[in-house]
Amino acid sequence: MMEQASTLAPQVDRIFWMLTGISVAIMLLVGTLVLLFSFRYRRGTSVPRGPVPEKLSGEIEIGWTAATLFVFVFLFWFAAALDTEQFKIPKHAMEIHVVAKQWMWKLEHPNGAREINALHVPVGVPVRLVMTSQDVIHSFFVPAFRIKQDVLPGRYVYAWFQASKIGTYHLFCTEYCGTDHSRMIGGIIVQSAADYARWSSAQPQGDNLADQGAKLFVQMGCSGCHGGSAVVRAPNLAGVYGRPVPMTGGGFVTADEGYLRDSILMPQKQVVAGYAPIMPSYEGTASEDDVVKLVAYLKSGKVK
Amino acid sequence: MTETPEAGLLAREPGERNYLTDGTTVRSWLLTTDHKRIALLYAAGITFFFFLGGAAATLIRAELVTPKGDLLSADTYNRVFTLHGVIMVWFFLVPSIPTTLGNFLLPLMIGADEVAYPKLNLFSWYLWLSGGLLTLFALLAGGVDTGWTFYTPFSTLYSNSHVLLAAAGVFVAGFSSIATGINFLATIHLLRAKGMTWMRLPLFAWSMYTTSLVMVLATPVLAMALLLVFAERAFGMPIFDPRSGGDPILFQHLFWFYSHPAVYIMVLPAMGVVSEVIACEARRRVFGYEFMVYAMLMIALIGFMVWGHHMFVSGQSPFASLVFSALSFVIAVPSAIKVFNWTGTLYRGQIRFSTPMLYALGFVGLFTLGGLTGLFLASLPVDVELTDTYFVTAHFHYIMVGGSVSAFFAGLHFWWPKITGRMYSETMGKFAAVSMFFGFNFTFFPQFILGYMGMPRRYHEYPPEFQPWQVMSSTGAVVLAFAYLWPLFYLTWSLVKGPRADDNPHDATGLEWQTSSPPPTGNFNTPPVVTEAPYGYHPQGFAPHSAAPTEQAQTP
Repeated sequence: MMEQASTLAPQVDRIFWMLTGISVAIMLLVGTLVLLFSFRYRRGTSVPRGPVPEKLSGEIEIGWTAATLFVFVFLFWFAAALDTEQFKIPKHAMEIHVVAKQWMWKLEHPNGAREINALHVPVGVPVRLVMTSQDVIHSFFVPAFRIKQDVLPGRYVYAWFQASKIGTYHLFCTEYCGTDHSRMIGGIIVQSAADYARWSSAQPQGDNLADQGAKLFVQMGCSGCHGGSAVVRAPNLAGVYGRPVPMTGGGFVTADEGYLRDSILMPQKQVVAGYAPIMPSYEGTASEDDVVKLVAYLKSGKVK
Repeated sequence: MTETPEAGLLAREPGERNYLTDGTTVRSWLLTTDHKRIALLYAAGITFFFFLGGAAATLIRAELVTPKGDLLSADTYNRVFTLHGVIMVWFFLVPSIPTTLGNFLLPLMIGADEVAYPKLNLFSWYLWLSGGLLTLFALLAGGVDTGWTFYTPFSTLYSNSHVLLAAAGVFVAGFSSIATGINFLATIHLLRAKGMTWMRLPLFAWSMYTTSLVMVLATPVLAMALLLVFAERAFGMPIFDPRSGGDPILFQHLFWFYSHPAVYIMVLPAMGVVSEVIACEARRRVFGYEFMVYAMLMIALIGFMVWGHHMFVSGQSPFASLVFSALSFVIAVPSAIKVFNWTGTLYRGQIRFSTPMLYALGFVGLFTLGGLTGLFLASLPVDVELTDTYFVTAHFHYIMVGGSVSAFFAGLHFWWPKITGRMYSETMGKFAAVSMFFGFNFTFFPQFILGYMGMPRRYHEYPPEFQPWQVMSSTGAVVLAFAYLWPLFYLTWSLVKGPRADDNPHDATGLEWQTSSPPPTGNFNTPPVVTEAPYGYHPQGFAPHSAAPTEQAQTP
C-alpha cells in the first residue's frame, strides 16, 4: 500500500482501488470466457454447437453496450466529483512560493525562510503552493500526498495539500526538463506543530517576504507612480489583492497573484480602466524571486 | 520423362509468374508501382527501424537495472529514450500494419487490381524513407533529447540537441501517412469489386478506412505544430515563449490533437487484423459485424475529442479537463464492445490454436488490460497521481506493443503464405507467440506497480526502493527481445527452405485467398464478383458443425 500522507490520499486511493476491483472483475470475466470457449470449442470436440439465433445476439449487443456505457459514466462522475472538491483551496492556507528551475526547486516560506529541494511544513495545516518556473515546464509531484501540478514559465499555477502524517516524503520533478531531470528531487518534511515552530525560528532571520517586497517596491521605482497619494498616472495599490479591478474596454478581473505578476512583467496585457498604458515592463529587470516578494508585499496589507 | 527444373526461390512453379518474379532488377523494385511490392519495401524499412528502436529500448532497460545512472550519462540517456519514442511511433508503429499488410491486402480484399493512385503509393514510400534518413542523420549527428513529445519551451529555447533535424524527419514522414490515407480512402470508395457493398467489406478493410480517415485529418496538425517549433527555434518567432507573450501549453494542444488520434492510427489496424484471424481460426462469422464497424467509426470520431486527457495537470482549464475526462470514458465503450464481440466470435466455434490465433488471442488479453488501465488515467484525481509516472508508460505499451505489435505479428504470420508463397514452422511460431506473451507481461506489468509507487517517467537514476520492480521489468525484456528476434530467424528460413504454400492454406474466406500464393501482379486472373456477406464460415444462424478440411498443423 502506498503511503497516505495527506487528507487527499485516502480519497484518491478509494477510487484507485475501486477501479482496480472493476478491472480485475472485467479481466476475470473476459479471461474466463475466452479460456472457457477456447477449451470447450476447440476444434474437434463433440460438444453440441447448434444454431445461433440472430435476434438474440442483437439484444445481447445492445444490452452490454448500454451496461458498459452506464458503468463508465458512473465512474466518470464518481471520480470527477472528488476532483471538483479539490478545486476549492481552503482559506487561510499557509502559503509557500515555489520557483522551479533547471534543476532544482526553490521554496520560500512567508516569513522569508528559503529552502532548496526541501520543504518543511507542519502537519494538519493546509498549505497552498504558488508556483512558477524560471525556464522550462517542470512538474511538482509528491506521490505520498497524491498531488501533481505542472509548473509553467510565465505563469503562476496553484496546488494545495494538507499533510496528515509526520515524516519525510519524496518530491519529484515529473515533467521532463533536460539533463538533470532525474536529479531534480527533494523531500517534503512534515513535522509536528512544535517541531515546525522550532525549525522555523531557527532559520536565518531574513526579512519576511512582504518586507523584502516593500524594499523592492521603492528600489525598483514602483512607488514613483504607485506610491502614496500620486494616483494620476497609476492606480493606488492599497488592498488591491483579491479585489475586482475594472479593465479598459469593460469587464472586471480579480487581482490574484497571476494578475499582479502579469501587471509587473507584461503591463500592457490588461490595463486598468481610466489609465493610459504607460507602465514600463519589468521583464528582465525583476526576476521571478523579485516578483514573488513584490506580490507578497502587495498582498500583505502594508501598502499605503 | 524430362527433368522438371527446381522451382526458383521466388516462384512456386518453374516459370511461374507472380508479383515477385515479374522483374528481378533493383530498378524494378525501386520504381515499382505494384502495391504488393511497395508493401515489401515498407516491410524492409519498418523491420530496420523496429530493431533500431529495440536497441534503444535495450539500452534503457539495461540502464534501469541499477538505481544509479552508471551505464549512460544523463544526456545520453535522454537522447536514447527520445530516439526510442520517435523511431517506434513514427517509423515503426504508425506505418506498420497500414503500409505493409494494408498496402498488400487492401486491393486484394476488395477485389481490385491496384490501389487508386499507384504512383502516389511509391512516392509515399520515398517520403517515409526520406523522413527516416533525416531522423537517422539527427541520430548520427548526436541525437535529440526532447522526448518524442517535443514539449516547448524546452525544445524551442533550451535544448542543445538536433531538434530541428529530428522534427524535419517526422514532418516529412507525416506526409507519407497522409498520402497513404488518401490512397486507401480513394481505393475503398472507387475500386470495390462488383457486389462488394460497404457492409460486405472485411473488417480489415474497414479498419484501413477508419485509420485512413484519422491519418488524413490528424497528421496535418502535427505538421503545423512542428513548423511552429521550427519557426521559434530557427527564426526566433515568438509563439510558445512566455517572455514574449506566447503560451507553451499551445504546443501541447496542437501536439496532442494529432497524437491522440495517432494512437488510434496505431490500434485500429490491429483490431482489423484480429477480427480476420479470429474469424478464420474459430471458423465463425464475426459476432456483431455491424457493431464492429460502428465501433471503429466511433473510435475514429471520438478519438479527435479527447486529446486533453494528456494534459490534466498541464495547467489547462479544469472545466476543459472535466469534458475531456467524460469523453475519454465514452470512447472506452466501443473498444469494450469489440472485446466482447471477439469473445462472442469464439462461442460455438471450431477453434484452432495456430500461431496467428495465439497472437490474436494475446492481443485480446493485453489490449483489454491496457484499455482498463486507461480508465484509471481518465479518472481525474487518479490521473493526477499517475500521469507522468511509469503507470502511463505501462498503459500505452500494453496497448501499442502488447496490442498492436502482437496483432502485427498475427497478421504477418496469417498472411505469410499469401505474401511469400511459403509456409513457416508452426512449432517455432507458437513458441515465439507464447514467449512474447509472457516476456511482455514480465516487462510491463511491474511498470504499473512502479507508477503506483510514484516513479516518474524519463528518469535514468531513481531512489533505490524502485529497484526490485525495475529488475523484474528488465528481466522480462530479455525474454521479449528473444521473442522478437526468433521470428526473424524462422521466417527468413521459411523464405529459403519453407514448403510451398497452397492458394488457401487456412481455408479462409476473403477474396485475397481466391488467388494464388503469391498473387500475380494483376492480383486476379478474372475480376471477382461478390455475392454474399463476408466470413461465410458457416451458414447464417448456425455454428460450424464440423471442423474445417484443413485441421492439420501447417508444417511439422
